[in-house]
Parts: sequence; C-alpha cells; structure tokens
Amino acid sequence: MAAPFLHVEAADVYYGSSQILFGVDLAVEQGQTMALLGFKMIAGLAPPRRGKIELGGQELAGRPSYKIARAGIGYVPENRQVFPEHSVDDNLIVAVKKGPRGDDHWNRERIYEVFPILATMKDRMAGRLSGGEQQMLTIARTLMGNPDVLLLDEPSEGLAPIIVQAIGDLIRTLRDMGVTILLAEQNMHFCLGIATHATVIDKGQIVYRATIEDLKHNDAIKQRYLAV
Amino acid sequence: MNLEALFSCLSSSACAVTQVSTALIIGMLLFMVASGLSLIFGVLGVINFAHGAFYMAGAYIAFFTYQATSSFLAAFLAGAAGVGLIGVIFERFVISKVYGKDILMQLLVCYAVILIFDDLVKMVAGPEYKMMGMPEVFALPPLELAGGFVPAYYVFMIGASLVIGLGLWLAIEKTRMGKIVRALAINPQMVGALGINTTLLYAAVFGIGSALAGVAGALAAPTRTLTPGMGLSILIESFIVTVIGGMGSIVGALIAALLIGFTRAFGAIGFPLFVDGMMFGMMAIVLIIKPSGLLGREVTR
Repeated sequence: MAAPFLHVEAADVYYGSSQILFGVDLAVEQGQTMALLGFKMIAGLAPPRRGKIELGGQELAGRPSYKIARAGIGYVPENRQVFPEHSVDDNLIVAVKKGPRGDDHWNRERIYEVFPILATMKDRMAGRLSGGEQQMLTIARTLMGNPDVLLLDEPSEGLAPIIVQAIGDLIRTLRDMGVTILLAEQNMHFCLGIATHATVIDKGQIVYRATIEDLKHNDAIKQRYLAV
Repeated sequence: MNLEALFSCLSSSACAVTQVSTALIIGMLLFMVASGLSLIFGVLGVINFAHGAFYMAGAYIAFFTYQATSSFLAAFLAGAAGVGLIGVIFERFVISKVYGKDILMQLLVCYAVILIFDDLVKMVAGPEYKMMGMPEVFALPPLELAGGFVPAYYVFMIGASLVIGLGLWLAIEKTRMGKIVRALAINPQMVGALGINTTLLYAAVFGIGSALAGVAGALAAPTRTLTPGMGLSILIESFIVTVIGGMGSIVGALIAALLIGFTRAFGAIGFPLFVDGMMFGMMAIVLIIKPSGLLGREVTR
C-alpha cells in the first residue's frame, strides 16, 4: 500500500511551554473521515517542535500557514472565526483559492447548492448569523480553497443539540462526496455518527485506533477514555 | 479676533470663492496624507510617525523629476511610485521589526527615520527653500467663478485627489483584494490559514498607504515651498484628521480633512491667532463625545 495521504509521524506538539502531544503517529487515507477523540486541538496553527507532517508526500511542518493551506490543508478553526463585518458572500470571496493541483470544483455556486441555508443569507453580515450558521460558513469558506483534507476543530462546540445535528448532516454530506476529513472532537456521539475511523488520544498519546464500527462495539475503550 | 472681516469675506462672493478653493486644496492634500496614515493604521495597527517625512520625500522626488524631465506627469508618478517603494522597504526592513512592540519603540524608530530623511534632503537639495514653480501644462487662465478666480492647478489638484480617494474607496470596498485587506485588518491568522501570504500583503498595504503621502507631496510641490522638515506640520494635522474622522475610515478622513481645510482657510481671516487652537479644540470635542472618531468603528476586540 502507498504511504498514507496525510501522515503525522512522531510529532511532539507544544501549547506554549507545555507539551500536549508525545510522539504521535497518525495516518489518514484519502476519503476517510478520521475522528480524533480526547484531544482539543489538531494541527491548529501550532506546528510540532519535532516530527513530521506530510500531505501527499510533501513535508509541511514548520512552513508558514499560507503555504500549508496552499499545499491542500483546509483548516476550519474552532470558535467559528468568520469575518464578522463581511457579508456571507464576501467571506467566501476572500477564501477563493485553487487546490494544490489547480482544481477549482468548489466555487460559490457549488457552495450554495451544498449549503442552501447560506444561499438565503448571502448579503447578511456574517457577525449577525447564528452560531450554527457561522459554523457552516467557516466550513464553506475553507472549502472555497479546494483543500485535499479538511481539518475540523471542534465543530460541535458551543452549539445547541439541534444545530449540532445539522452540522453533523453537513459533514456526512461532505464525507459522502469523498472529502477527506480529520475531525478533532470531544463529543463522541457526534463522532460516532459521522466518522469512518477513530483515534483516541489520552494524556498526549494514542491509546486506540480503529474503524468507527469497532469503536461502537468497544465498550471498554468508550468507558475508560471517553466517559460515556 | 476679526469676525467682521470673516463676515465681509463671506458676503463677497469673490472672497468666498477664493477662500473655499483654498479650503479645498488644504483639505484634499490633508485627505491624501491622512487616508494613507489611516489605511496603514487600520490594517497593520501601527501608527506611521514617518508619514510626514514620506510626504516631504514625495515633494522632493517630484521636484527633482520635474527639473530633469520638465514633465509634471512624470514628476507626479515618480513621487507616488518612489514613496510607495520607500514605504515597502521601510515596512520590510524597519517597522516590521517592531510590530507588537511598545508604541514608544515604534515612535523612536520612526523618529530616527524622520531625522535621517531631513538630513538626506539637506545633503541632496541643500537646507534652503526650493520652489518647483507652476508646471507649464497648468499655465492656463484661472477659472472665473462668481467673481472669484480659481487657479487651474487648484482645480486639477482637487479633482485628482477626489479621483484617487474614490479609487481607493472602491478598491477597498468592492474588489476582492480590498475584501482580503479588510479581513486582514480583523483576523490575520485566519487570512493566512486560507492560503494568503499575509507578510506580502502587509508590505503592499504599507506601500500603498505611503504612496498616498507621496501623491500628496507631489501634488503640493508646485504650490508650496519645499524645506527639510516640511513633513512635520502636515503629520500633526493628519493626526488631527484621523482622530476626528476615525482611524481606518476613508470617508471619515475626507470629512475631517475638509473640516480642517475650511477652518484653516476661513480662520485665517476671522481668527488668525486661534486657527491651531480651533483645530485642537475640535479634536478634543470629538474625543470627548465619540472617542472612536466621527466614522470610526468601535473597537470590538
């Protein structure tokens, strides 16, 4: 089998001066939706001090964030960082970018087909949107850059259950379209419904990795690490 | 105080026209300088205290280019482009080193640049006053308007500033690049994560803001005497303009610059000793009533 599509190898990641990941190895294959449980922040904007991050064989660690984005990583931050004084449409326009191989299948028309709710509020200021709508907009905005991998940082955080469900539906739609997704989440039920694979991190180390079906039936792991 | 003279000027259309045209050229020059200052502050969050020195550089570059080519168009373009380039170099090699540092550090660095520029001008052009003179293309009869006369160059200056200001506003509000720049002002990390080279964009915005000071210097050159240190008074006035209009607002800068222009032009007749006091007084009133300026956005972060 070829090398995994997104490959994190022996990564030590620090948040400020405290180490939050210890020699983590992670592999995501094309088309997978990988849930990362028990870990607050993915690549985020904090590069590892040691180790490698490769996307399609290309080394990314230590490069400026715009180069990481251009290499095909689509980062969707936590806290829904929309540009609040831009309209919905302008949020998307700012993010227009071709993919790493020049592909541009994600454009505004396509976004509005997949996110019909955003189409109804194109001209509204993004800061006036509800939390769930802002979360959809941040995902849509990142898709405008035609990424190879979508990194979702806690998309369900701080949203009402019914909205979380809508976001889940949306991520499932993207998954079924073949988008490769790495999802960092605390909410296990949310992950079980949408991911194809799962990795559980505890105290900065990987303690479990398998398909989502396996996790669903593994009560020991669920009880021990995920406090179900 | 000589309010009688002020009223008699206002009641004579010839005097009023002359003073209004004076007010407009003072205002539009200030608008060019202040909008550059405001753009740089709005996007990069730094106050470019060297902006007045850039204005002076624009005037001198235009002066020397005109001496060499006798073409005002060449002088104007050289002033704008030359100062734009100076701005990019200054941003990359000087001011970017003190981003996020104490404002006193930024002030000190800019003050050093001001002193260097003033001395460079003394070395290159000499300490004495220089006069560029009216370019030949504008050796036209003045425009007669309701009994008053407005020099053709004034009409050009006002028109050119308006066109540049409108172009700037359209670029920021309507183009994709402008939308990116506005996003950069609010959340640079996010803009970078979307694949945009923010370092390059910061330098470009600084260059455009500086070029506006260069434009003002080049436009002012035919009407003002050029001296080393000529940037200081316009720097102070553009601070007043940005405080009154609101940092980061182009329209606010225009309104405030015209307010200062009219205060200066009519104050010179009615209360010549209190013009500066009046300008600072207006600034103080705005600061008390609306600290973010007339059209400035409230700081939300």
